[in-house]
Formats: sequence, C-alpha cells, structure tokens
Amino acid sequence: MSLEARETNDTTLDLETVRQRLSEKGGREYWRSLEEVAETEEFQKWIDDEFPNRASLIGIDRRDFLKYMGASVLLAGLGGCRFLPQERVIPYIKAPEDRTFGIPSYFATAAVFGGYATGLLAKSFEGRPIKLEGNPDHPASMGAIDIFSQCSLLNLYDPDRSQNAIHEDMITTWEEFFKAVRPTIEGHRKTGGVGLRILSETTTSPSFGDQIAGLLKQFPSAQWHQFEPTSRDNVKAAAVSAFGAPLNPVYHFEKAKVIFSLDSDFLTAMPGSLRYARDFATGRTIEHQGASMNRLYALDCVPSVTAANADHRLPVKASEVEGIARAVAARLGVSAPGEPSKAIPERWLSALVADLTASRGASIVLAGDHMPAAVHTLAHAMNAALGNIGSAVTFTDPVEVKPTIHIDSFKKLVADMQAGQVETLLVLGSNPAYNAPADVDFANAVKRVKLAIHMGAYNDETGALCHWHLPEAHFLEAWGDARAYDGTASIIQPLIAPLFSGRSYAEMLSELFDKPKHGYDIVRDYWRGHGIDDNAWQEVLNGGLVPNSALPQKAPTPNIAAYSPSAVSPGLEVNFRPDPTVWDGRFANNGWLQECPKPLTTVTWQNTVQISPATASRLGLTKGDHVELSAQGRKVEGAVFVVPGQADDVLGLHLGYGRTRGGQVAGIAGKMDSRVALTVVGEDVGGFDAYRLQSSTAPWFFGGVQVHKTGGRDNIAAAQTHNSMEGRDILRMGTLAEYAKNPSLKPEGHEAPESSLYPEKVWDTEGHYQWAMTIDLSLCIGCNACVMACVAENNIPVVGKTQVLNGREMHWIRVDRYYKVSQNHESKDITDLDNDNASRIKDAFDPARIESAFQPVPCMHCENAPCEPVCPVAATVHSHEGLNQMVYNRCVGTRYCSNNCPYKVRRFNFLNYTDNQTQFSGTDNGMIQDRRRLLKMVNNPDVTVRGRGVMEKCTYCVQRINHARIEAKKEGRRLGDGEVVTACQQACPTHAIVFGDLTDANSQVNGKRKNDRSYGLLTDLNTKPRTTYMGRLTNPNPELEKI
Amino acid sequence: MAQIFKPSANTMAKLSLIAAATLPWIIMYGGSTISRSAANTLVGVPLSQPVPFSHKHHAWELGIDCRYCHTSVEKSAVAGIPGTETCMSCHSQIWTNSPILEPVRKSYETGTPIKWADDTEGWNRVNKVPEFVYFNHSIHINRGVNCNQCHGAVQKMTITWKGKTFFMSWCLECHRDPEKFLYKDEKNPQLSPSEQVFNLYLKNQMGVELSAKERSLLDGQDYAPTAEEEREGLELVKLRGVAAKQLTDCWICHR
Repeated sequence: MSLEARETNDTTLDLETVRQRLSEKGGREYWRSLEEVAETEEFQKWIDDEFPNRASLIGIDRRDFLKYMGASVLLAGLGGCRFLPQERVIPYIKAPEDRTFGIPSYFATAAVFGGYATGLLAKSFEGRPIKLEGNPDHPASMGAIDIFSQCSLLNLYDPDRSQNAIHEDMITTWEEFFKAVRPTIEGHRKTGGVGLRILSETTTSPSFGDQIAGLLKQFPSAQWHQFEPTSRDNVKAAAVSAFGAPLNPVYHFEKAKVIFSLDSDFLTAMPGSLRYARDFATGRTIEHQGASMNRLYALDCVPSVTAANADHRLPVKASEVEGIARAVAARLGVSAPGEPSKAIPERWLSALVADLTASRGASIVLAGDHMPAAVHTLAHAMNAALGNIGSAVTFTDPVEVKPTIHIDSFKKLVADMQAGQVETLLVLGSNPAYNAPADVDFANAVKRVKLAIHMGAYNDETGALCHWHLPEAHFLEAWGDARAYDGTASIIQPLIAPLFSGRSYAEMLSELFDKPKHGYDIVRDYWRGHGIDDNAWQEVLNGGLVPNSALPQKAPTPNIAAYSPSAVSPGLEVNFRPDPTVWDGRFANNGWLQECPKPLTTVTWQNTVQISPATASRLGLTKGDHVELSAQGRKVEGAVFVVPGQADDVLGLHLGYGRTRGGQVAGIAGKMDSRVALTVVGEDVGGFDAYRLQSSTAPWFFGGVQVHKTGGRDNIAAAQTHNSMEGRDILRMGTLAEYAKNPSLKPEGHEAPESSLYPEKVWDTEGHYQWAMTIDLSLCIGCNACVMACVAENNIPVVGKTQVLNGREMHWIRVDRYYKVSQNHESKDITDLDNDNASRIKDAFDPARIESAFQPVPCMHCENAPCEPVCPVAATVHSHEGLNQMVYNRCVGTRYCSNNCPYKVRRFNFLNYTDNQTQFSGTDNGMIQDRRRLLKMVNNPDVTVRGRGVMEKCTYCVQRINHARIEAKKEGRRLGDGEVVTACQQACPTHAIVFGDLTDANSQVNGKRKNDRSYGLLTDLNTKPRTTYMGRLTNPNPELEKI
Repeated sequence: MAQIFKPSANTMAKLSLIAAATLPWIIMYGGSTISRSAANTLVGVPLSQPVPFSHKHHAWELGIDCRYCHTSVEKSAVAGIPGTETCMSCHSQIWTNSPILEPVRKSYETGTPIKWADDTEGWNRVNKVPEFVYFNHSIHINRGVNCNQCHGAVQKMTITWKGKTFFMSWCLECHRDPEKFLYKDEKNPQLSPSEQVFNLYLKNQMGVELSAKERSLLDGQDYAPTAEEEREGLELVKLRGVAAKQLTDCWICHR
C-alpha cells in the first residue's frame, strides 16, 4: 500500500460547466462541492470507492493469493502467541483523602482566549487533566465549549512546548536568568525605568493588571505596550469616538427579533461568542408551527459561520460595508458623512429597514471586529436610532485592564526600538516576529535592544530573536484570573503542577521586580483586597467565578464624530481573517485543530487563497492552483480554493499558517526553519504566512492586489467530497412559510416503504433503556464544537494531511456543509450562455444566491443496521439498549461494514494512527518515546485506544452511558432524563443535539422525535436510525421571497 | 531398473497419513493446553513482591476487613491498592523494627514508592484484565458477587497469587447465568448485597457454621448449585435488578 498522497485535485474541473449546470438545476438541490456538481472524474472516484487510492489486489493470481492468505492466517495465529510482560503497580504513598481511586474529579477553571475568559470544568483523572467541559454557571460558557478552549488541553501535553529557560540558544535555569538580569533591573530602578518596556497580549486579568500598575509606579518611566493581531482595535476606537471612552459592547441576542450583521462573526469568533450562539439559538428554537423566530441579515465578505446561518446573506467587498452601513443608517434617520453605497439592492435595503424599524428596541446592528471604526460607529448610531441601546445592546466599562489600540502601541514600540530608546524589552506571550504586519519590522528593531527577554508557551519566532526565552506555564498549570466578555471575573485554577519548568507571567514579574511570590498568593491577595474572604474564596473556586462581578450595564448615547469616509477598494480586494481553527497561529502546533475541517471550506492542515467561482473562472484559476499575490511591494504565494458564496473580486486569506518555529505539527502545516532542532519526517507541507501581505495601516482588507498564476499546484486536503451520501433526501430545509404548509419539510418522491422484509422486533428491548439522539438542524451553526469534543473524549487520533487526502480522517462525527442555489433571488441573468433559455436562467455563480446549511453526522445506530449482517466475525452487533456496538477486539478489518453503511460514518484505522501521530516523530528513538509518553497522558482511560486494522465509529459515548447506568443501579433507581450527556451534546453551544432514553415517555429526545420536523436519514432503506434530525428552518423576509 | 521406493516406504507413507490426520489436532491441543496452563495464566503462581505481604496473616489470622485496604472497592471501578500510609497506620505501632518492613518505612520516610532490593519501584501486578476490558468492582460487589468468586481463596494466600484464569469464557459463566453465582446470606437477608458479601468473611472468622455453597466460595472452589439454589438465585437476580440479558452485550465490558 502506498503511503504517498496521490494527485487528488482535479484539474479537469471546468467552472463554466458548473455554472451552467447549477443554473439549470431546480430549487431543491443540495450539493457539497463544485466537483460534485460537475460530476468530475475525481468526485466519481470518491463515490465509487470509499477509500480511493488504495493499492489494488488485481494483478495477483489465484495461487499467489492463496499463498499469501495461508501465510497471513498462520502469522495471525502466531501473532497472538506471546507471554505478556509482568506489570508493576505503584500506589500512592499517602492517598489524598478527598478523592476516590478511579473516580475522576472536576475543577472549575477558565481558558483565556484573546484575553477573554471562558469558564470551564476540567476533568482530572488521578491528577491528570483529560477533558475540558463548559462551566454551566459561567455566563460566557453556559456549559458549552468552543473548539479553541477544548483543544487547548492538547497544548498541555505538547512535547514542543517550551520546557526550559534558554539563553542565547543554550538551556539554562530560572535562577541563572534572575541572577543575570537583576543588575539590569536594579539599574532601571535608579533611572525610574527609562528604556524599560513590556509587551504583552490583550489582558483582562485583574490581578495581573494590578501587578503591572504597581510595577509602573515603581518604574514611572517604563512603558507597557500590547500587541495581538486580533485585538479588536476597531471596536475600541469606535467606542472612544462614539462615547468618549473605550466602552465594551455586550449584545443580548435572546432579546433580538432582527439582527443586522455587518460582516460580524459573532457566532464563533468574538469574545462571548459561545453565549451569543446560545442566545441566538434561543431565538430560533421552534417547537411547533406558528412559533416566531428571529431573523438574521448578514453582509458577508469572506464566508463566515455567522453569515452561513443568515436568513439573508449579501456578499459584498469589505470596503463596501461602510457605504452600505451609511445607506441603512440614512434610512434610519442617522446622518453620517459620505455617500451611501449602491452595492445593496433597493429591495434588500427597504426590506431590512422595514424589519429593523418594526422591531425597535428588539433588534441588533453589529459590525465585525475587522470592520473599520467608522462601521462600528455607524452600528452604534443605528442601535441608538432604533432604541436598542439599553435593551438588546448594552455597554460596560472596558473589560480589558488597559484598552489600547494595539497596532499604534506596537508601532510606537518598534519606532522607539529603532531609535535605540529601548534598553530592556520584556515580551510576554506576544509573538510579533511572526504575526506583526509585514510593514512593521520588529525583527530588525529587536537587534537594537540591549536586553530582550521573551516569555511564552513556545520558544517561537520571537523567542529566537530575543536574548532570553522563558517557558510560560499552561493555564492548567498555574494560578491566574481573567474576565469574560461581560466582565465576569473567573479564577484560573491549576489542576497539575507544571510538567516542565513553566511559570505564570505574574510569578515571573514578581520575582524579577519584587520578591518571589507564588501564583496562588498573587491571585488570592488581590481578591482578598477586593472583598473575597476565605469562605467566599472557597465558593469562588468551587463555582469558577466571582459572584456578581459582571460589570454594570450602561446605555450611553453615541455621537457620530466627523470621520472621513473611506473609498471602495479598486480591483481585487484582499481580506485577512483569523483562521477558523488555528486562529492567529497560536494553535498551529495543535494536531486536533489542524485536522478540524474549517467550517465552510472543510480544508484541513493549511490555509488557502479563497476565491469565488466567478472570479476564479474569470482569472482562469481552479482549486489547487498556486498564485502569487502582490501589493505595495509585499507578496505571498498560496493555493487557490474556490468557495461558492464568497463575494466576487475578494481574496480571502486566513492568518496563522506558515509558522517557521511553531513546532513539529505546525512545521507540517508550514515550512521548517533550520534554527529548529526538530525535523519533520515525511509529511506534506501546506499553508502560507498571510501576515507577509498584511499592512499596519489597513490590517484587514485593501484593494489593488495583483494575482499571478505561478504554475505550481497544491493538494488541498478538503474533506468535502469524502463520505458523500450522493444527493438523496439527506438535508431537509425550508422557510417558516414552507413549514406552515408542509410541516415535515419532506421533498416529494422520497417515500418510506410501508412494509419491510426485516422482522419487526429485532431484539428484546423489555426493561432496557433505548438510547436515541436528535439533531436540530435549525439550531446547528456548524461550529465544529461537537467534533472536537468527540476527539478529546474518545481518543481520536490525528492522521496528518497525507492521510486526510486519502479520505482517512478518523472523526466519529463530521459536520457536512451543503450548498444550495436559491431560486428566490433576484439576480443577474446570464445572457452569454449558448442556450435557448439563456434569458431566463439566472447566474448560479451569483454569490448572493448561495445558501448553506450544516449537518452533523454521527453513527445513526440503526435498529436494522446494514453493517451488522455483513460482518463475517460478528464484530458489530446490537446491544439490548439499541446501540450498534463495535467490538475492536473481534474486528479483523474486512471493512465490509463500512462498505455497507449508507451513512458513511465508520472509520478504519489504516496505520495505527495513535502510535504514529506526527507529533511522535523525532530525530532519535529515545526522543520519540519521550514524546509518545507525554502525549499519551491526554487519553481518556475509559475509552480503548484503537490499534491498526480495526474499524471504529461513534459509540454514543457508551463509557458515559455505562458509568451513569452503574451509578444509578447502585442507588437502586432508573436513570433520569438528561443524566447521560454525550460529549458532542455537552459541547454544543446551541443545544442542537439532544440525547436520551426512548422508553421514558417524557424524555426530551422523545419530544423532539415526535416533532413534525423530525426525520431520519435514508429511512427508505428501512434502517430505522436512532439518530434523527429536525429539518432546518430559515426565516426569510416574505418581501424578499417574492420574485 | 532399481526400485525407487524401498519396502520401508510403505511404513513411511502410512505413518505420514496418520501424522497428517493427527498432528494438527495434537498441535492445537498442545497449544491450547499451554495457553490454559499456569505457565501462561499464572493461576496459583505466587508472584514475588518487594515486601512479602501475607493476605493469610492479615485477612484470616488478624481478620482485617478487605475494605480496610481496598478502600474504593464498593464505590469505584477499581478496588484500589493501599498506599504506604495505610501500612504504617499499624506498623508505626507494631513490628516497628522488622527488617521485612524496611522498604515500607523507607517509603514513608522519603515519600517515594516502595522499592525492591534492586531499587526498582512498585508491586508486581497479580490480577489484570486486558486493556479493552472495563471491569467495574463496585457494581459486582453491590449486586452480591463475592471477592473470592474471582480472586480465589485470598484468605489462605501467604504470598498473593491469581485465583482464576480471567478468560472471557470464565467471565461469561456468570454473565450468562448470574443466578448461579449471586451470593445471599440466608441468615442476614436484610443486609444490603454488598454487606452480605463482606459478612461472609466475618462469619468465617467467627466460626459460624457455613453452608456448602459458602464453604466452596470461601475456598475458591467451583460449585454446582442445587436446583433449589438456582431458583433462589433467579429470585435474587430479579430482586437486585440484575439485567441478565444485557450482561452479554459486548459494550457492557468492552468499549
């Protein structure tokens, strides 16, 4: 079997064919990729064979086949003959009194992302954190967890994490560092801190802020800079101009009937987005016909999860958003300078304005973090004009300790460094050598600093340029605190002593500038001074947050200061966005996130140059083509990915790839630097560093970009063609109006058979729980939280880019993204097609017509499971509780079950992925063993780590079911509804997934299955799936539905 | 022309035929005998330990309850192996100078695991199920399965050995027919199943007269229940809510 990835990108994909086919298609056609529409050879390959590119047995004659088979049987038998080594057990010396052996404990803590906290419950097994879950009491989490917080667990066990203090490339100790640096600090003390600078990322930590304030008192001439590429500068700048202070907007989506998003990705990429997703879903939860639902209008530049969930999506260039905001504002009675844009169709505009005015006080207008301050100001003004401020939109005092316009602060620092005014630079976590815009030359400036100290989780690009590098402790290793999006303060409680020699920033600063103080004392002393006595402290630790610490809500009146309107960018416009899975690059070394398919493109392991089909067609580009983008003397080269629904003339670039010192996994996704001691073994290289094209004056978008096809090609590991169910009645979707007419949303021609050849009762269900799951597609936003929670819970291995290219990703639950070309949309007609009906055909490549929907697909646990009768060794059989059991120790790997599964939810472990994860590679065997030992610690001891040659699939988290059943039995009772929560259900921010017992008449899952929207996938095959869906509802404006 | 086959070839041919017919069976029988022998299963083979701990002395002669050391057996999947501190709760008072206990005292003083003479750490593991088997002690004890049912006559072991094979077929004997194995203390049926389990050891200690079933349980012997006992067992299965059919579902033990 060849391990090489074959050329899987289809060069034959003809976009004009796709355009024509889509234009001719009827209204209810869902598709997942352009290749599928074009029915290319490549797509056909994925339909014909679940795992294409396998070595073939054809070519072996009958005799050889028998010989090989005989030898295999013999060797397989002998392989089982061995004496197992004697194992040793090491008990505690002194067993902790508050724990019971074998029972995991949970601790409340918080993950900090972009400075903002999300409350978590961390599961600890014998002292080892193995899973993160949302804290139900925390306002930013409500029990859900996003992919970044979930996967930060893997970073704890990352062998590439910084392990030692480093001085000039040599390993040293913290003591040496303090000894060497203290004289310099004492020198600064004499001069009041002249030439002393601190550079950190966004911080909301009250105790750390207090510490820095104290430090700046000791060193009055020292300065504190902050820099983080995704720093919400525009939000702060707009608040200052509108309210005179950097107030922090907080949205209340549960109160909003109409939401107008100016390219805001509030569902996945904003502080508080978990909470926002929950509240947004609350407004879209439809239990019966006639219920009302909120309506989301979204402007969309680079397709985002939020816009994909919009009822009306208008793809536009980012530079047009300001003009559109002005046009809407003008209709709402806000006078703003500048010309309103013509990019918004009149019908759209008047429908939107009518909707917004009809929901005064119950609507929200919000702008994306990357939108210029002017757009944010306009949004504030519109909210004020609509009377939303004080109800659906409120403001709090800044959550950040010191709200700063990061780019200005950073540019000033670099200018001072270049002018030789910086003697000592302390970089805390920030990585400007990698993630600063290309026109700010930090790398050269840092050479003029006498003493540069970098502290961070990784000895990264910046660490390499500094004299000292110090290891930062993971948040599960050190005490800290931080505030959430609404100001609620959380305590970050460690679960484990630092695995390496990491410390928190606070501990380092206190030892360097004052006297050594433990992180616990720093946090405890701060809160003691803020009214938390010892009793209250226990409650704070137990609950994970400081009660009533949310900042008071305000309803200020904005005032639109004069600003100079900016122009629409000419030509091709490049847009930068934080990556949906590796963010600004900080998660580049996280295999879980690298392999998480990006929500709309399903691309893994790399970033791409995203282009709309029409633009790609015009420029003569197709998927995988290498292009060089150049603007103002800066250039980058990347591979093209054609994204239906993206605005035309927009190039979408995600940041975070092309790391040069990111670690082994990041090295696979980027290019390795010779300075790194680690080498990459045999993996594909993907992605490029988009920061090299970014400019500090226009960090998020600018026009006039030149595109030049270089002739190179790239294999893009996109999962969208894998596991296809071939356009059957898979996805049901309809508007509220259609729902009123046809509650089941069932398309015609997919009738379930009335009779079955299967026996009616397959097993004895008497007295047993009958497990089932429902997934409400109306609520699913496609954020992948379920996928990552499943990975963490069920020890799912990372397979690497090459294997994804071969369709061998191991995720037990996948999120399928479907596209549909809307017929109800006024759109440009195609006249240049050679077709009799040309005048009536609307252009299918008009991005505004693309609708998308997400569908998570776990195992269906069919009552008549097609996988079961075909297994020659009975390795997959049914349990009395209706679970389709997969027994690893029986499986011989024929893959017949997967072949026979109509849902394509079974995964085959081709290459012993767990033991051969790319993180395990190294330069020598000892190193590989060390890395393996470390990464093993993340595994859930309640779930088998599967080996090679074994089929695996979703188990409905049977370990959780068994645990709950046993506990209930010991108490002599039956399980109640909601006692068994699967990992995917637990993580879901919108409660789209519900799990429970069918024999309990009042269970939530029974209610959902009886709902009129409930349907099963491919029920016409008589599989009787236990996982069922509820059709997706949208709420388009009837005014815009008329053609 | 000389004959190719000598007369002895006839014998060889006959023997070959016999061998061809019997050898596979002999190999298979031999293989299965080896795999079921104590050499492989280690049943009844005492394993050397860093400290020669005697269950016979502690559990039988002194009558210490199992749960004194195996603290989590009623609550958790694992019974728990006692920490050094548990040993020292008595041995800080008695046998304080015994040379046998030197590794224990050293462990307690230094806070490091108990060490062997060669400075390696830890106890040799006696009872182990394969890694894809998820055995839960607490539910077995709570339904009334005796410790000795799986671990053999622990109270007779000077150095601990494995009492049973832990083959899957052996597990299934009970998972198929739990009524044959559930334990009921006839004289104290008001106790909870788990209390009845531990009461058996107490009764044994106090010299109370035991039934034939109780006797063989304590001795770790196989016991064929009478028809009457089986009928009672079926009632127990019902009373204690043992979902008997479900016990052979794969995912009850494997997942």
